[in-house]
Amino acid sequence: MTAASEIVTDDYKTKYGFADSTGYLDNRRRGLSEDVVKEISRIRDEPGWMEEFRLRALKNFMDRPVPTWGVDLSPIQFQDYYYYAQPAKETAKRWEDVPPEIRNTFEKLGIPEAERKFLAGVGAIYESQEVYNSLQKDLQKQGVIFTSVGNAVKEYPDLIRKYLGTIVPPSDNKFAALNSAVWSDGPFIYVPEGVKIAMPLQSYFRINAQGMGQFERTLIVAEPNSEVHYIEGCTAAMYQKSMLHAAVVELVAKKGAKIRYITIQNWSKNVYNLVTKRAHAYEDASVTWLNGEVGSGRNMKYPSIYLLGRGAKAEILSMAYAGANQIQDTGGKIVHLASDTSSKIISKSVSKDGGQAIYRGLLHIARGAHNVKSTVRCDALLLDEQSKTSTFPYMEVMAEDATVTHEASVGKVGEDQLFYLMARGINERDALSMIVNGFVEPFTKELPMTYAIELNRLMALEMTGAVG
Amino acid sequence: MARLEIRDLHASVEGREILNGVNLIVNQGEIHALMGPNGSGKSTLANTLLGHPKYKVTGGDILVDGESIVGLTPDKRAKKGLFLAFQYPVSVPGVTMFSFLRAAYNAVHTDEKNQAPTLFEFREEMNEKMKLLGVDESFMHRYLNEGFSGGEKKRAEILQLALLKPKFAVLDETDSGLDIDALRVVAEGVSKIAGSDLGVLVITHYQRILKYIKPTFVHVLYEGRITASGGEELSLKLEEKGYGWLKEQAGVVS
Repeated sequence: MTAASEIVTDDYKTKYGFADSTGYLDNRRRGLSEDVVKEISRIRDEPGWMEEFRLRALKNFMDRPVPTWGVDLSPIQFQDYYYYAQPAKETAKRWEDVPPEIRNTFEKLGIPEAERKFLAGVGAIYESQEVYNSLQKDLQKQGVIFTSVGNAVKEYPDLIRKYLGTIVPPSDNKFAALNSAVWSDGPFIYVPEGVKIAMPLQSYFRINAQGMGQFERTLIVAEPNSEVHYIEGCTAAMYQKSMLHAAVVELVAKKGAKIRYITIQNWSKNVYNLVTKRAHAYEDASVTWLNGEVGSGRNMKYPSIYLLGRGAKAEILSMAYAGANQIQDTGGKIVHLASDTSSKIISKSVSKDGGQAIYRGLLHIARGAHNVKSTVRCDALLLDEQSKTSTFPYMEVMAEDATVTHEASVGKVGEDQLFYLMARGINERDALSMIVNGFVEPFTKELPMTYAIELNRLMALEMTGAVG
Repeated sequence: MARLEIRDLHASVEGREILNGVNLIVNQGEIHALMGPNGSGKSTLANTLLGHPKYKVTGGDILVDGESIVGLTPDKRAKKGLFLAFQYPVSVPGVTMFSFLRAAYNAVHTDEKNQAPTLFEFREEMNEKMKLLGVDESFMHRYLNEGFSGGEKKRAEILQLALLKPKFAVLDETDSGLDIDALRVVAEGVSKIAGSDLGVLVITHYQRILKYIKPTFVHVLYEGRITASGGEELSLKLEEKGYGWLKEQAGVVS
């Protein structure tokens, strides 16, 4: 990425972009090869089937070209990254047992505090490893599993073998293949039939070292008529050189189950965020992706939902903020493969200081799926003349009786809106914030209050942050 | 007593000269009506007073208590005690009336020691003003001017006027687009707020609003200049004769 130093804002640097020491880095794990993959499998003490899974994926990755659509990925030098770093001995169950420097970092980020206030469980992932994990006792008793996928390979091998890589196959795309080869921690959540988890579970991802690659692997299985509400947050230290976050997230919502998945993405601008997120929703199930994308310099993210059973519901609600030197190439994909299914995509983007926001979406309604309803709405707001936005809404409607509505708009913050607010004594900066927060309100109102406030604050920070 | 003085004001929009030397003094406690035909520069004067960036002052001055405000941004002018009730209030989706009013109230009523009013103080004042103007509670949860009827928009403007308690209020065609009942409600609202602390400049095309808001002075704006001033009888003459006679008079003057 060019001239990362130009986009360093003091605010991000102090609040999130600080770095800890990196004594745990092992130079032998720099760059990508069969040996590196085998080494990762060895350190993690994995069974043979897992190592094979990784090696097959690696071959797939090597055989594929870097995608040439979307953002320019040609500057990525795969041999420059670290593919695995384990900063702690094991996953701690108490914050006191997390290495002090790392614990201090998560404290600065407010994670233990949020845990005490309103979370049912927390996973803290630092580089490649989950360093802390907790789950409320009564949920444990009800059979809920909340651990890292890494630990689950050993503790629940049958569940992992049954689901891992079935929603997003390693061969899905180049970065899904990369993730499948070198994947590290992310949560495995299993909710037994009929169990409804009232409070959210949260994972927090942190990248610390320069040149680090983080390969989050997340798997959520919601058994029939269960409910789970999951939130992920992330930040990274700030460097000149790039970092890579290539995640694969798989969700399974069985009959009548509900999954609500919230992401507040606040990576530093030297991060490439290239993720594949997909959900399968069975009969009467409902899946919601809520994506707040504020960070990363180059982002490609299109969460998808496959509606596989009658009456299933899908929602993808997103907002993206593209500031100086940021390209937010985001959107969503919904595939209707059953009758009486419904879906909604709402996408809001804000561009400022030359930032670029792109909406890329696919709505597919299969032949033979009857009485399908879908709404797609994309709104872009440009805050200055240098910023850009574009929309690529693909639609493949094969069913004749589907009801589909699509609306798109591009707006500029009007002089008249600003004048109106300022004529009431509100200064220009606050007036602009107010207009932008109002614009993304259809998204933020869906978030728990704390995260809605956080997101508005992050955007205000980005909008006023000194550029250059 | 505070005084708003418009001194030989020239202003242009997109390079076109609209105001050609307006002179007007409004003291706190006085109600002035500014009438004139379409295109005479009425709305330009309103927007120029509050500092809309599209309206450029090319000569003259605007003074509040002897201090020029021409170089100030609109928010600073509001803090100096100027208020504009908009002819066409814009909507801001996603921003509730409540959060907007709170922000405006805080901005204008933050004191010299940088002490903002508390949420309690704001609520008290808001409830009182809503009752005074007969505004329904549900108003607060709606988005700013979004989907408001013409009457609701104007009533929201008057509520803001009541809450922000300016020294000078410019009402830009507050009567336009209102049926007679809505007009009465809005005008009565203004009458409740007007008093010795408020100087009002009512900008209007028609005389009808002046039945409810009795002006102390009436001025006629024509081709960017005030061409006649007088008492209420002037507005009645305009009502009766229309604006045609101004043309002849202007011809004589120039």
